[in-house]
Amino acid sequence: MKRGMMTLLARPWLWSFVGALIMWLAAITFTGGYGGGGMLTAALSLSVFTVIVGIGQMFVITLGPGNVDLSLPANIGLASAVAMKVMDGSDSRVALGLLAALGCGLCVGVVNYLLIRALRIPPIIATLSASFVIQSVDISYGRGLQIKPPPGFADFTNIQIFGVPLLALLTLLLVAGAGIVLHRLVFGRSVSAIGQNIRAAYLAGVKVEPIRFATYALCGVLGGLDGALLAGYFRGANVDIGNEYLLASIAVVVIGGTSVAGGKANIPGVWGGALFLVLLLTMLNTFGVSAGIRLLLTGLIIVAVITAAGGAKAAR
Amino acid sequence: MAASVTAPGHRLGDTRRLLRALLPSLSLALVIAAIAWLNPRAMSYFGFTLMLNLAIPIALATLAQMFVIAGNDLDLSIGTFVGFVCCVSATWLRDTPWLGALALLGCIGVYACLGALVYLRNLPSIVVTLGMSFVWQGAAILLLPKPGGKAPGWLQAIMGVKPPLVPFPVVAAAVIAAVGYFGLMRTSYGAILRGAGGNPVAVRRAGWSLLKAKATLFALTGAFGVLSGMALVGITTSADANIGNGYTLLSIAGVILGGGEFVGGRVSPVGAVIGALTMAMAASPLLTFLRIPPDWQVAANGAILVVVLAARVLIGRKGSGQ
Repeated sequence: MKRGMMTLLARPWLWSFVGALIMWLAAITFTGGYGGGGMLTAALSLSVFTVIVGIGQMFVITLGPGNVDLSLPANIGLASAVAMKVMDGSDSRVALGLLAALGCGLCVGVVNYLLIRALRIPPIIATLSASFVIQSVDISYGRGLQIKPPPGFADFTNIQIFGVPLLALLTLLLVAGAGIVLHRLVFGRSVSAIGQNIRAAYLAGVKVEPIRFATYALCGVLGGLDGALLAGYFRGANVDIGNEYLLASIAVVVIGGTSVAGGKANIPGVWGGALFLVLLLTMLNTFGVSAGIRLLLTGLIIVAVITAAGGAKAAR
Repeated sequence: MAASVTAPGHRLGDTRRLLRALLPSLSLALVIAAIAWLNPRAMSYFGFTLMLNLAIPIALATLAQMFVIAGNDLDLSIGTFVGFVCCVSATWLRDTPWLGALALLGCIGVYACLGALVYLRNLPSIVVTLGMSFVWQGAAILLLPKPGGKAPGWLQAIMGVKPPLVPFPVVAAAVIAAVGYFGLMRTSYGAILRGAGGNPVAVRRAGWSLLKAKATLFALTGAFGVLSGMALVGITTSADANIGNGYTLLSIAGVILGGGEFVGGRVSPVGAVIGALTMAMAASPLLTFLRIPPDWQVAANGAILVVVLAARVLIGRKGSGQ
């Protein structure tokens, strides 16, 4: 028993899946077992969007203390508007629109990095300042934007194969790719090295600044991709479409067992954390609680889970 | 003044240090000059009273944020917290004063516990406070599902005071800055609190409890957040669960504009209040006079932040970098 516990504790990401399972069980117990499958399908569909930005945020957070991208919500909002405008409701322009959204995200990432580098300010303030500006650009650019996504693209984001959303399968590939990048490629190893000890990494010949640049750019691109997919899934762009992903992207990373102090990333945990968050909301919705209670409980549970999962192994 | 207390070892050039210390005041002077140039009539007792109307709650929220930043943390929930305090003030504090007062004191206790939690479990304050922002917003919506309520009469009376010669917001800002300055920069425990952010190991080895310091810093944040919410509802007279949402960003921007640094317990209460005034003036009066559409107001906040930080880099931060 004790050894089992030790193995579990050694794999903090397992907890996120256990948490997700508990939320799901609680929800289907409440409905008397009705709609359990549908709930899982919906949870998989929604968690995809959190996983994509979560992966980006995970790479950024792994860079070390203070590294976090607060511009993701604004980035997602702008990219969703750009994607819809470039696609212009036509199936033939889907690829172009996706590219535009990715490019938009890339720009945001590059701007973030330039602010951090040029102003030598902590990433939190840099990405926050950037997000102010991006948000305004989005409000101004996306004003009254009523363009629906091309039907083909909207359908694509909703395809299911035996109850498993196609997007979830594709995201699985993305996650697997991220795993290879993190554990096998020089880039990923460098990110972890920088997070563990930036000076040691520098002395060991890691190209610190190019790697940081690439990490923020990658996070920006993933934010852009997320914006385009969200606009397809929810059938339209919207300034507020990315708002919930500020908390979600950071929370899934922490719940998933990635060290907030940097240097130690955990990929499967991101998905577990995302499922946990989505199923938590699903559960509260099936209970039929009011918006106030839902917010209150979401906040409390996140704080509780982070207290249980995060920190503790501090080198103080 | 922050540099001289926290980092005696650093020797910046005298001019540089002076420029850096003056940067917050210069920014404020620049904004006021711009407004005076665009609209000379705004430079009057009533002009300032109107323009700085919302500066008091912003200054209090900024000071609240400054205390967590002094401990190397960040409070992303201050905005929704201010909103929650507004809702409590406009309902309980008016109808059953003892219950309202108890709830507000409880909030400060919650903040102290958060500080202890962040320290004991070594949690990232951003995540904890992001989570708490949902808690405060949820509680505010439960308390006041629809905008409404009414601020207690005495609160409105305080916020409506019209002192002779100097507009009330200016007087209030001076008092707030003085309280922050003497409390944090001139008392011995204030030095410990800043030390807890600047060099926690040294403070602990000197025999001080970091847990207590962290809890105190967070409690101070809670206390000033409560004051900010009460001041806000005293001005607006009724409350709304979303009323304070913009304060998170404004308060962080104010601290940074005022010369605060993110690491090292390096903050300046006087600078923070000046930074808050700058944000309050630049956020809306200046933009209105410049005829900038409201769409771009948030961008202007970000741009001001970037410009000031760029100016700071130009002045040079040799020796103060971590």
